[in-house]
Amino acid sequence: MTFLVGIVLVVFLVLVILVISRVQSVVNLVKSKQADASNPHPGNNLNANIFLVVLVLGFIGILWSYLHASNYFLPEASSVHGRRTDDLFWFSMGLLTIAFVIVNFLIFFFSWRYRFKKGNVATFYPDNHKLEMVWTIIPAIVMATLVFTGWRAWADITSDAPQDAEVIEIVGKQFGWIARYGGVHNNQLGDYNYKFIDAQNELGMDLSDENSFDDFTNPSVMHIPANKPVLLKIRARDVLHSVFIPHMRVKMDAVPGMPTKFWFVADKTTEEMRAETGNPDFNYEITCTEVCGSGHFGMKMQLVVEDEATYRKWCAEQKTFLQTYPEYVDKVPANLRAKAIRLIPDYQEEEQVAVADTTSL
Amino acid sequence: MSAIHSEDVIHESDHGHHEELPFWRKYIFAEDHKMIAKQYLITGIFWAVIGISMSVIFRIQIGFPGADFTWLKPVLGEWVDNTGKLNPEFFLALVTMHGTIMVFFVLTAGLSGTFSNFLIPLQIGARDMASGFMNMLSYWFFLLASVIMFVSLFIQTGPASGGWVIYPPLSALPQAAPGSGDGMTLWLISIAFFIVSQLLGGINYITTIINLRTRGMSFTRLPLTIWSFLFTAILGLISFPVLLSAALLLIMDRSFGTSFYLSEIYINGEALPNVGGSPILFQHLFWFLGHPEVYIVIMPALGITSEIIATNSRKPIFGYRAMIVSMLGIAVLAFIVWAHHMFVTGMNPFLGSVFMFLTLIIAVPSAVKGFNYITTLWRGNIVFTPGMLFAIGMVSLFVTGGLTGIILGNSALDIQLHDTYFVVAHFHVVMGAAAAFGLFSGVYHWFPKMYGRMMNNSLGQLHFWLTFIGVYLIFIPMHYVGIAGFPRRYYQFTSNDFTNVLSDMNAFITVAAIFTFTAQFIFLFNFFYSIFKGKKASQNPWRSNALEWTTPLVPGHGNWEGKIPAVYRWPYDYSKPGAKEDFIPQTVPYSETPESNLPHENEEIKLEKVIEAQNFNDQFDQHH
Repeated sequence: MTFLVGIVLVVFLVLVILVISRVQSVVNLVKSKQADASNPHPGNNLNANIFLVVLVLGFIGILWSYLHASNYFLPEASSVHGRRTDDLFWFSMGLLTIAFVIVNFLIFFFSWRYRFKKGNVATFYPDNHKLEMVWTIIPAIVMATLVFTGWRAWADITSDAPQDAEVIEIVGKQFGWIARYGGVHNNQLGDYNYKFIDAQNELGMDLSDENSFDDFTNPSVMHIPANKPVLLKIRARDVLHSVFIPHMRVKMDAVPGMPTKFWFVADKTTEEMRAETGNPDFNYEITCTEVCGSGHFGMKMQLVVEDEATYRKWCAEQKTFLQTYPEYVDKVPANLRAKAIRLIPDYQEEEQVAVADTTSL
Repeated sequence: MSAIHSEDVIHESDHGHHEELPFWRKYIFAEDHKMIAKQYLITGIFWAVIGISMSVIFRIQIGFPGADFTWLKPVLGEWVDNTGKLNPEFFLALVTMHGTIMVFFVLTAGLSGTFSNFLIPLQIGARDMASGFMNMLSYWFFLLASVIMFVSLFIQTGPASGGWVIYPPLSALPQAAPGSGDGMTLWLISIAFFIVSQLLGGINYITTIINLRTRGMSFTRLPLTIWSFLFTAILGLISFPVLLSAALLLIMDRSFGTSFYLSEIYINGEALPNVGGSPILFQHLFWFLGHPEVYIVIMPALGITSEIIATNSRKPIFGYRAMIVSMLGIAVLAFIVWAHHMFVTGMNPFLGSVFMFLTLIIAVPSAVKGFNYITTLWRGNIVFTPGMLFAIGMVSLFVTGGLTGIILGNSALDIQLHDTYFVVAHFHVVMGAAAAFGLFSGVYHWFPKMYGRMMNNSLGQLHFWLTFIGVYLIFIPMHYVGIAGFPRRYYQFTSNDFTNVLSDMNAFITVAAIFTFTAQFIFLFNFFYSIFKGKKASQNPWRSNALEWTTPLVPGHGNWEGKIPAVYRWPYDYSKPGAKEDFIPQTVPYSETPESNLPHENEEIKLEKVIEAQNFNDQFDQHH
């Protein structure tokens, strides 16, 4: 490393000396006042040389800053599709870096090499069809490759979720996410209607649908099982939001009035990532990437990835919505009320209290 | 329409002595295309200063979270709270206004408005635009739009704050954000007027180019600038009305209770009655303009740099026809790629595949353009005028920024990168900085024609290097921030663990932005100083072939004294083998240059009589 820095320093030094000597020669030329006749374009050589200097320093700077920044890039994707898109990204980036280096080298080098020289005459070279065909076809082939690989990945990622996927709903609102689970009893998400939303029933759960009796919600953390397809059903209450799970390479907008979805397989648990990153406080995060108002930047939710057994255990420990707010049993149609109440272990007492109250009046 | 008329004209030199127009007709309600161009330019510069200043303010907030803004309290007032913190709502307003101002007012009006107006009549050989009055209206609608947008900066609830893309429902519901109140109303009114301005201008540009070309100025002899302005105007004419309809529907939703974009919304404790609308519809309409818009911004820059690179390399532009076909290809494709901005909006994934395919095709004509520029430099005899430096810089930025577009156009990769700083870096390089470089390039190059004076060469070169290096210092690191997953439009990055890194890099970007911003004052000084005190320009300072340099030093109304010159050749006969000089202006007939004519050009000598015999309906001829 020190060796490399040494070389860089030497290159720097040489270039600096080069530039200074050029500047001086230009200054001298200007001073001598003879410049006008012999050199109709004062400063031309200086500018040509700066192209060369910027070329060299630029590539060094880009390389160095890249190496520095890459320490802080996201760790390897924690999802199966994420590693695929990462590979594609770095493959494309590699190809493009080659093109970037070649093209910019040519622009800068030609600028320097073909700077104005008195007596030189530019080459009259208006076209060359063969050459133009070559550089139409080569980018076309490269593009075709990239399109094809990208399209295959895109088609797989956006295909229908497997039947056994764990379905979790995530809803965006100003400014937070709320997760809803189908519940341990039947693991089916109940219907919803935005008109049922109120301060407690934040997701507008439709309690006339028996699937919602065992649903539970969580406004701060989402748990998902590892190594199992997870299908996120995404919606928004008020304005556009966008679910972004950076470590999973997951992103999908949440649109009011138009449910969206995204499925993926997370295969590294939070614990494994803590070990991998050497950071005992590591947590997966879900954030918002569609501007949604002044609190946009603070809109986040924690994501916990755990093995399926732990996940099931966690689900079983959660209080269902009706458990938390038993008064909503009133919204359940009479014919289903018995079923709803059966799913609320400690409901009877409250009901009796309520009945007692009314009789005492 | 007769040839006899032209022979009757004797007092040709009288044209320079038209009676002086009163001040308000000459400088304010001007119908002369050159004055209108200057009005566009000065207004554009005004907006650029405001728009870039805004970016510096929000960059300080991003680079130095919790920075003390007390020093800006005299300007920003309540938007800086008593502890000196910038209001997060106002941060979004700044981001929104920066985008709106730079895209529409600076890079559309300031670039295309200035140079289309200035160069079209001068380079095709016309007295003025087809309709001077419409042209004047175009500027005044733009100014009206500007005034309304400017006023919106000062209202109590602040300017629009939903991002320059103003996606509903955020922009449709005043209760969703303060900026969606009166600020958004003014934004929509302003943009509606702006669109009117663009349409008036665009119709004029197209009509003028098609109808008012001088004798011999066939389409294949048009400079590439004119081709680019033609395509730009056509793009604008087709796409801006769609934005107008999008805006009108949004106005309906905001004020008249319709539900075009609104459905099933619960906000502020209230379930709104709107059902059946689709926010995605707005995005489709918006990007149907929004994507061509980025080409509206970049194509004039491509045209300007083509002209300047050829002139200062002392070489013909390589592949003239390929350049036109590429621009045509880009213009056509520009209309069928818009949904690549919407891969992760929940749009049908099949549609995503189609748009990915179409988007990546655009890389091919763009690559051809890049290679053609490079080949034009190859074995040239390059003179580094400030205009040339900015043109070379533009090519570098266009290629660099275009390359990252290949990644973003890939829907699978866009999943992770969408709405991160990678996108911000990409479009700032490819359309922001590249178009700005085109603008600078054009200003330096045509300043002598505009004001009859030269801008200072050394200051121009210094300005270029500081800006060029500055732009790369800002945007290369910004790609890294994007790869690290940082989302756009975040007031601060300290709330998330994964964005709680790279703070030194964000600070660096901010410092580089301030550095680059400061460097622009060199330009401002050079520009305004040179208008009044610059060195007197010569007739054709860059030894260019194009027609505008055959006009008087400062062309008066009607541009040419006497008859408009006829054109006999394409504008890129630089360094032709055998020629006495390294340039042959378009007005020199082949019969005068037997030493340098190519075989097929000798064939054209017999057509010269036909060209000369043509007499268009030149109002300046018939007055006498």
